[in-house]
Amino acid sequence: MTARERARAVLDEGSFRELLGPFDRLESPWLPRQGIVPQSDDGVVIARGTFDGDRAVVAAIESAFQGGSMGEVSATKIACALDLARRDCNAGNTVRPILFLESGGVRLQEANLGLGAIAEIHAALVALRRLTPVVGVIAGPVGCFGGMSLAAALCTTLIVTREARLGMNGPEVIEQEAGITELDAADRRLVWSLIGGAQRHATGFADVLVDDHLPDVGRALREAFARGTPPRHRSADVDRYLARLHDLARTADGDAVASLTPDDLRAAWPREHTDDR
Amino acid sequence: MEQLLFEYPDRKPIDRRAHAGVVGSGDLEVLLEPSPDGALHVRVRTSVDGYGQVWKNVIDRFATRFEGAATIEINDFGATPGTVMLRLEQAAERIRA
Repeated sequence: MTARERARAVLDEGSFRELLGPFDRLESPWLPRQGIVPQSDDGVVIARGTFDGDRAVVAAIESAFQGGSMGEVSATKIACALDLARRDCNAGNTVRPILFLESGGVRLQEANLGLGAIAEIHAALVALRRLTPVVGVIAGPVGCFGGMSLAAALCTTLIVTREARLGMNGPEVIEQEAGITELDAADRRLVWSLIGGAQRHATGFADVLVDDHLPDVGRALREAFARGTPPRHRSADVDRYLARLHDLARTADGDAVASLTPDDLRAAWPREHTDDR
Repeated sequence: MEQLLFEYPDRKPIDRRAHAGVVGSGDLEVLLEPSPDGALHVRVRTSVDGYGQVWKNVIDRFATRFEGAATIEINDFGATPGTVMLRLEQAAERIRA
């Protein structure tokens, strides 16, 4: 599904209303100067509508355009959508924010401008999640990487499928930087056993594992909004995550941490310890 | 990246606009809008240089089937002629619907 189809499908039928759509032509000013064809919405669909009758805003990243990378325009669109939702919530009009996070991270052609705008997404997300649950969905298979993996981690609830991937550096980047002996990015079984949706869920980095099926995603979203805002967000639990790393170094019997298998990690970081909802 | 322009005069007015496709590998997006000057204007931005004659053939053929006075913008990421025609027809279909 394209980002626009996802946004339309998740909102109540007939309620989809796009903001800054293709005909507003808010495209990247930087790509054509580098000889790259831009897209008229810069790869992000922002839509207002209703979800289960409640006011909602969807930000959906189009993974087919430039790998879902975040440029100055696309990232700013998401940051502004979150900021507008915060203003509405502050005014007493609760908005349900839903993020489809299929992104390779920052768009390298836009470098610091993209990174700066991603930081604005993080700030807007943290401000908004105090008022209403912010729910992220990674459906795959592009996955969610770089600065946008931080946005995923900041979400009140993160929903993933088995096809999803979540990580800071993508497998291709790791292979290129550290060599094929470190990670063979073409080995799909290995890649998904490390950063795939099921592993991320089992080790408590994602909250809900669903089938790649719209009704299942819808149900998970409904439950996430029904749970409301937690007293403490996962990403605020710095001590717990530091302890995880600390304990890992000890349980590994002095071996290099790199020798841990995906199953070792599941044993060391079971989700019962990380998810008390 | 290459830019191409095509023009076809004496068209019938249309009153709707349509969008189709994404700028993904082997795909393209089409933005179709009414043009007030009675002509059909097609502006192409393509990632693949040197295929101007192929584009002209595809757009000429589309212009024989589509009579609207429109401005069409195409952002192309290496689509085949068949895919280009498919997306153009998709957009045309949406304004007829």
